[in-house]
Amino acid sequence: MCLVWLVFSLICCGCSTRTEPEVRLGINAELTGSKPTVGDSCKKAAEYLAAQINQGGGLKVGNKALPVRLFIEDNEDKAESAAAAAQKLINQNNVLAIIGPNASGNAIPAARICEDNGVIMISPWSTNPKTTEGKKFIFRACFIDDFQGQVMAKFARQKLRVGTAAVLYDVASEYNKGIAEFFKKFFEADGGKVVAFASYTTGDKDFSSQLTTIKATNPQLLFLPNYYNEVPLQVKQARNQGLIGDIIGSDSWGSQELLKLGGQELEGAYFSTHYAPDLASPRAQKFISEYETCYGKKPDDVAALTYDAGLLLCQAIIQAGSLDRGKVRDALAQITEYEGVTGRMTFRGSGDPIKSAVILQIRDGQFKYFATVQP
Amino acid sequence: MALALQYLLNALQLGSVYALIALGYSMVYGILTMINFAHGDIFMVGAYLAMWAACFLLGLNLTFPAMFVFLGALLFSMTLTAVLGVAIERLAYRPLRQAPRVSAVITALGVGLFLENFTLATIGPEPRQIPAIIPVQQLSWAGISFTNIQILIIIVAIGLMLLLDWVVRHTMTGMAMRAISYDCQVAPLMGVPVNRVISLTFAIGSAIAGAGGLLYGLAYPVLDPYMGIRIGWWAFISAVVGGIGNIRGAMLGGFLLGAVEIFTPVLLASSTYRDCVAFSMLLILLVFKPTGILGRPTFEKV
Repeated sequence: MCLVWLVFSLICCGCSTRTEPEVRLGINAELTGSKPTVGDSCKKAAEYLAAQINQGGGLKVGNKALPVRLFIEDNEDKAESAAAAAQKLINQNNVLAIIGPNASGNAIPAARICEDNGVIMISPWSTNPKTTEGKKFIFRACFIDDFQGQVMAKFARQKLRVGTAAVLYDVASEYNKGIAEFFKKFFEADGGKVVAFASYTTGDKDFSSQLTTIKATNPQLLFLPNYYNEVPLQVKQARNQGLIGDIIGSDSWGSQELLKLGGQELEGAYFSTHYAPDLASPRAQKFISEYETCYGKKPDDVAALTYDAGLLLCQAIIQAGSLDRGKVRDALAQITEYEGVTGRMTFRGSGDPIKSAVILQIRDGQFKYFATVQP
Repeated sequence: MALALQYLLNALQLGSVYALIALGYSMVYGILTMINFAHGDIFMVGAYLAMWAACFLLGLNLTFPAMFVFLGALLFSMTLTAVLGVAIERLAYRPLRQAPRVSAVITALGVGLFLENFTLATIGPEPRQIPAIIPVQQLSWAGISFTNIQILIIIVAIGLMLLLDWVVRHTMTGMAMRAISYDCQVAPLMGVPVNRVISLTFAIGSAIAGAGGLLYGLAYPVLDPYMGIRIGWWAFISAVVGGIGNIRGAMLGGFLLGAVEIFTPVLLASSTYRDCVAFSMLLILLVFKPTGILGRPTFEKV
């Protein structure tokens, strides 16, 4: 069934001479580079959504139902390529709106381009506050790092009852750096003490120097707000160095790749994320099962957030009843409540939704629901 | 004290991998005065080959002893990277041997890009994991924590270096290599088969990079197609710092750079300056001793 949709949408994309209007959406995703799973989930969820809409006759804009056409660009997980991809989508493909990039390091420069050109951008997964800060056309479908840092600091202090924590973060990436700083701020405001605050640079594989320094301060907890491809190495090396305390992380952990690369050492670790497949609403369950039959794997948080971002955008287009970027933007800004597959979102005038976070634990080689934290 | 020893052990582990790769740069430079910038990517291919071999041997479910799987993966990776090195030399560098040296260097960069993107296209961008060939055992002694893997890496790396040093100094092949590096115009007149010796140099250098790939993969079990770039640069600096063209210099440089990488974050309390320190060291050294620590000055012959 799903294949039929995909073929159908591919045929739609194939004919370049069509003159009927269509809803042109850009996807700016990390298809290659160091987080290919993120880009892949984003692309698949967007394709799933487009196929679903086109299968249902298209998107109702004014009194016409228009097909959705996706333009997918790879941003190679580089800031400059993300900006270039946004430029290309705007100037060459003349898209109405762009979904992505996902990583904050890519979303921030792309957001600047979109803002300057008056093109709507919704980032599914970028949690750094700077992405939307002071911008009119930029939105996101996820919570922000202030909140996430606060959630994990509170969780560490109140649930795990630790007094001292160490942080190891990537100093060259906006996301990791931002969340590490927020965690430190809230953890110390809550009476804890951050005894070591060590950094590394993207692409490093050896963390033994930093971990030896961290071990010398004897922390009860290690916070690793880093991406899924680096966390397994950090956890393994930390255990090899004899660090035995709890290890916690952030939403950048939420990829199945983490479990493939991580193994036994990750057992018992906690991280905050956007949704838990275990307690999905009926609507989310429908999405999860259809996505799984389509692509043979469960949607991760990026896929779910991309789907939500796309639905949010479609709702704004329907409400605006027009393909004018300014009108769609205004309609999007007027949405105050939205029930997505990742839960309820409330918007209060900015592009940032207010929504709850969930904490998952890695048990028996799987992500298991542990707790929900309300904003 | 225990802390200092712990840092030193970490530096030794990282340095031994840098030293193995630096050897390949140094050997090729010594014999062809050319920098083989594809060498870091040969290392990456070696790591992937070792992963395949290990997955294959472990997948047979024949309960081989761990050491057998390790040696199997090591030999497989070393043999195929040697073949790859020879093929690269034959196809990409030999036709350009009379061309200006900058053409060969640019070709080497091209070969490196080819290897990266070929791996990206055939294997995909997802990070892969080398299976745990040898179960990790955590040991501790005098307040230092280390693993059996760390010790194995250091022993195998130093063993390979000593073997290579012996080959170059005490065999006919080694003598031929030294002869070509001393004077590549006179050596063939003395009956040294230049092409064969150059092929052999590439084979040995690449095989050692392949071994480095496996050892690195054991220590840091996440592989990606771009892993060779950064390591390649650090190994290249190691070779230059030690005195490019000099085998013992490459080993010394490797351990020195490993120490820079480990001790900079300790002394400066931030890892941000690490690359800065390494490259500054290279610049300062080149100003005062352009031939590196163990390099000998060369004279233009008239």
